[in-house]
Amino acid sequence: MIKFVLMVNRQGQTRLSRYYQPVELNRRATLEADVVRCCLSRKKEQVPEVNTTCGLYTLEPRSATVLCLPTVFVCGVQRLQTGLPSVRGPVHCGRCDRLRASITCHVSQNELSIYELVHNFVEVLDKYFSRVSELDVSFHLTNSSFLKTTGFVLQIMFNLDRVHIILDEMIQNGHIVETNKSRILAPLTALDKMTSS
Amino acid sequence: MSDVVEKTLTALPSLLSLDSQPGSTKLSSTSKLGSLIRGITELTSKHEEEKLIQRELVSIKEQVSSPNTSMRQMKDLMVRAIYCEMLGYEASFSYIHAIKLAQQGTALEKRVGYLAVSLFLNESHELLLLLVNTVLKDLQSTNLIEVCMALTVVSQIFPKDMIPAILPLVEEKLNHPKEIIRRKAVLALYKFYLIAPNQVQHIHSKFRLALCDRDPGVMTASLHIYLQMIQENPEGYKDLTTSFVTILKQVVGGKLPMDFNYRSVPAPWLQIQLLRILSLLGKNDQSTSEIMYEVLDESLQRAEMNHNITYAILYECVKCIYTIHPKSELLEKAAKCIGNFVLSPKMNLKYLGLKALTYVVQQDPKLALQHQMTIIECLDHYDLLIKRETLELLFRITNAQNVTVIVEKMLEFLSTSKDDYTTTDLVGKVAELAEKYAPDNEWFIETMNTVFSVGGDTMQPDIPNNFLKLLCEGFDSVEEDRKLRLFAVDSYVSLLQGKPGNLPQRFLQVISWVLGEYSHLREELDPATVMRLLVKLLERKQTSSETKSYVLMAMTKLCRSGEGVSIAQEVSESYSSSMDTVLRQRAHELQHLSHNLELRTRVLLPGEAGLEPLEVDSSLSFLDGFVSEALAAGAAPYKPPHQRQEELAQAKALSLEPYSLALPISMSSCSITDRQSPTLLSMSSGLSGDSTDLSHKGGSTTLKLDGVKRVWGKEGYLAQREPIEEAQIEVPSPLRSPIQQTETGNSHSPSPAPTQSPEHEPEKQQLASSLFVGLSSQSSVCLMGKSEPMPQRFRKKAKGQSSTSAPTSNSLISLPSTVDHLLCTNLLEKTPELSEVHAAANGTCDVEAALVSHEDSNTPQDLCLSSHLPAELSELFHSEISPLCSTQSLHLSACYVQKEDSLILVIFITNSSDFAVHDVHVDLDSEQLEVSCASDSPVKEVRGCCVAVCQYSLTVKRPSAHVTVAGMVSHQLHIETPQTAQFSYELPLTSFVRPLKVSTEEYGRMWLDFTHDTKQNLTLINDGEEPLTDTLTVLKKKLQLHIVEIIGMEGIVACRLLPDQPCLMHCRLHAGSLAVWMRSSLPDLPDCLMYHCQRSLTEH
Repeated sequence: MIKFVLMVNRQGQTRLSRYYQPVELNRRATLEADVVRCCLSRKKEQVPEVNTTCGLYTLEPRSATVLCLPTVFVCGVQRLQTGLPSVRGPVHCGRCDRLRASITCHVSQNELSIYELVHNFVEVLDKYFSRVSELDVSFHLTNSSFLKTTGFVLQIMFNLDRVHIILDEMIQNGHIVETNKSRILAPLTALDKMTSS
Repeated sequence: MSDVVEKTLTALPSLLSLDSQPGSTKLSSTSKLGSLIRGITELTSKHEEEKLIQRELVSIKEQVSSPNTSMRQMKDLMVRAIYCEMLGYEASFSYIHAIKLAQQGTALEKRVGYLAVSLFLNESHELLLLLVNTVLKDLQSTNLIEVCMALTVVSQIFPKDMIPAILPLVEEKLNHPKEIIRRKAVLALYKFYLIAPNQVQHIHSKFRLALCDRDPGVMTASLHIYLQMIQENPEGYKDLTTSFVTILKQVVGGKLPMDFNYRSVPAPWLQIQLLRILSLLGKNDQSTSEIMYEVLDESLQRAEMNHNITYAILYECVKCIYTIHPKSELLEKAAKCIGNFVLSPKMNLKYLGLKALTYVVQQDPKLALQHQMTIIECLDHYDLLIKRETLELLFRITNAQNVTVIVEKMLEFLSTSKDDYTTTDLVGKVAELAEKYAPDNEWFIETMNTVFSVGGDTMQPDIPNNFLKLLCEGFDSVEEDRKLRLFAVDSYVSLLQGKPGNLPQRFLQVISWVLGEYSHLREELDPATVMRLLVKLLERKQTSSETKSYVLMAMTKLCRSGEGVSIAQEVSESYSSSMDTVLRQRAHELQHLSHNLELRTRVLLPGEAGLEPLEVDSSLSFLDGFVSEALAAGAAPYKPPHQRQEELAQAKALSLEPYSLALPISMSSCSITDRQSPTLLSMSSGLSGDSTDLSHKGGSTTLKLDGVKRVWGKEGYLAQREPIEEAQIEVPSPLRSPIQQTETGNSHSPSPAPTQSPEHEPEKQQLASSLFVGLSSQSSVCLMGKSEPMPQRFRKKAKGQSSTSAPTSNSLISLPSTVDHLLCTNLLEKTPELSEVHAAANGTCDVEAALVSHEDSNTPQDLCLSSHLPAELSELFHSEISPLCSTQSLHLSACYVQKEDSLILVIFITNSSDFAVHDVHVDLDSEQLEVSCASDSPVKEVRGCCVAVCQYSLTVKRPSAHVTVAGMVSHQLHIETPQTAQFSYELPLTSFVRPLKVSTEEYGRMWLDFTHDTKQNLTLINDGEEPLTDTLTVLKKKLQLHIVEIIGMEGIVACRLLPDQPCLMHCRLHAGSLAVWMRSSLPDLPDCLMYHCQRSLTEH
């Protein structure tokens, strides 16, 4: 089961968080900080030879609701990044270098499938927002791939609601419910059409 | 943030002003959010962030409550509130506005409203009730998008109690022409199943329809429900195996539309889900496993080793192959696959391979041998996660011969690890291994020393407790005990003489206890020297007060004469005015002792005399007189805390939550202060533990508790318990763990081909041989190690006594138990016919045999079996006799008989062979039912071609719509090996329902007393003139209810659940349906009965 989804920027500031099990508001910040510390500990310039801290967290069973859940969390994405020399962050996406997405799941999960789920998620975001990113170029900003990337990231940052809606289509109650890209985007594009007309 | 980004951000407003083209609306609408995000990004300190967010929240609050705010602005405000809450600042004022937005907004605004609700509120939030109407309206909307939104939010968050209100609408959507609506409806039902399984019991058939849906998306959604249900009850869905296999075949064969592909792999996550379901279904089930062999083989072949996602599928496939009933061909392929993983240079694959290897190594240890060189390389891997996974693998293959090397590797890793979780986890593992396999005293003590110093204060508290227990209880030889204790004392004295400053508190506590208890064993050691060492500990600032009290207790044991006494006096004086009450108490005790010579000589006898077992009356029986006097004087009888709390809740008094905690806390603190030594900790907690706990320990602790009447327990004052129960509990717990047994069993596994290649350095080979020694007796690597198995040094002690109850109860089942008193009646003797009987081991009879026996045992036997019903039951209604299970020679069938005040389960044991079957035991167990034997003498033996009958009386412990009894039969055929078979039997709850004859007045009184209720509208039977009477009569007939009175449009009905749990039903005609309101004192009972009422009315 997926415990939560987190998107942070390079400074470690949370850009999106979605929890699939009850975690108290005041505990989220520390939890997120932990994950971020562990995800960001690998800098872009670092080669995999530098050892990584592993991403295991224990949530103290404070409230009864948390108590009945398995208390161990593993940052599945974090561990897998080490293996891919081309990957600079927890998520590999050429256009998404400045924003990192991480999905945290239970230890027993198949980490590689979760890792690919993150990829899929970023690809869906890319597919949806790419229209606008291309517009950036026509805005006479320098036509560099970097700015394209930045445009993409800004899109995600400023469209918190839309990113959430996309995520809701993909993951519900901690389970992967849809992975087909066109089906994921169908409700949102329909909404956009309704709004513009 | 880097300069470039900052520039981009400053360029953003100009960018926004330019937006006039379509599609860029996405940027403009979020300008406020944009400025907020920008503001936060530029901040440098947490304090500034807080100020900024608070300002933002104030402005949001102002705007949301203003009447002029348009829905569009409201949407933006909500997104901002979501952002603030995401950063950890509560925005509870906006919750109600989120619901309003979902209610009044259109399109995207509505969606954002729903989104905000699902992000802000939790399942039990009371505001959620306000959402129900909106959801209802949207579900009925003609706009598909709105229906979609409503279903999405329902499948995320919905109040449990309101499910009946929208359930029919959601069910309706299962037949919708659009796939997306059907899919979301299935997901909503999945959510309902998760939070209230009883509510969706009647639509299981619709789940099957969803599974067969023409659209793959809907089918995928239904798999979530099936995975969940199969996890809970794999037996119930075996018939679906073929369907799942067919689906997987089609997916693997590429029959899905192209857009389901990911990286040109067809629906990978769906494949993984299906493989998980299959592994659950095929576990311990040969016939089911055989169905899936082919498709598993195909998946293995189809998945090319080219991308992460195919690796993920392969991993799941391999796991499945090792979970289900083994097939050697597939196992070979899976092993090869794991080999490819492990040998891969890609880190992700290596990790996955190690994970898979860890999973399979229990079944197949030789696989670890094959990859030993790779494993050793992974041990020195720079990636800590790979290293840790390797250690996990080694932990699984540890035995007495390789324990030293493996523990050394673990400790090495521990010394570099900084992660708290890993440390705690590994320390526990090391302690477990050391206790299980320690080769000698020195090694054990030294290893534990490292464990204590590395594990520090984060480690599990049972590690030091178990260690001290081991030290104190000792094992078989007295001399060995002495040596171990002596070594511990020596080692700790030298530790204290060195630099004790860095030692963690827990370790210091262990040290002081051991020194206090055992330092007299080292005769040349002067107690005063030890005292001086301990005083040094007291003087340290870092020493916690808990440790200090340990130290003072150790001193109490040590101050015998001379210098020791004067040290004790000095110390006790300085602490006798301590602020810590525990410490002050200890200090006073010590002071008293050091000043009183006579007391000292009496209490502190040196040597063995001092070790006489203490007698503790843990039952507090000396208080019996006091209690009975108090009771006689009119005091309220003692009630345990949970009961008091329940009563408070029932009385609907003010919520006293904060106070209710007070009792448990004070109890735990008292158990700390009361203990005299850490080993006594478990005993002093035994004061609150019930008698079961105590008798478990009875055999092994030095405290003598036998003969002391137990009057007090966890539940408070215990009524006289049956002596039989006690006798059962006294069964000694198994000393050898199952792991050890498999370990010895493994030594016979065939020798694998050694994979050592000449280029490996000699040290590595040496390491390999020491690591993998003992895994395979004929293996070449054994040459360097000692090949004879090492004797177990320490008795294995289960961690934490409370957890031992499970294995003990297991052992009870296999022991010739006295629980079953089976009655053998009406034995018909037949002339034995000669037929061949094959004996199969452990009841895993092959399918054909089972099928054959099934066929001929079905209908013809049913008639003759009913003639075996005991005379007193044959008159009463009995259900259809259904077959339960069969072994080689026995067939079990069962039915239930409804007596007026009880329900009797009758099990027929038919012996189809010609030989007598001995030692027949039938054990029944159920979570929902209380099973007791209704007959006096147990069936021990079933003669050839005879039928034996056992009767059990059942009562309901926990109501659920259907209750099941699980059971196991074991027997011995002639001189053959024992055979066992398991079965389960399902009964409807209605079989436990009897009419309750009450008057209207009594009914009225009872109605007010009951707290658990449920309401639902049921279909009315409308074919007669008086629909209410007709409907109630149908219910009365089908469910055995009692109609108390019918007045006009209303009727009241009563029934009871055996033995005497009343349930009251109030029915009213309302808008063409029957509004039913049920009440009972038992939770869940109304829900379950409602379900049966609904079913019997629809069936009618």
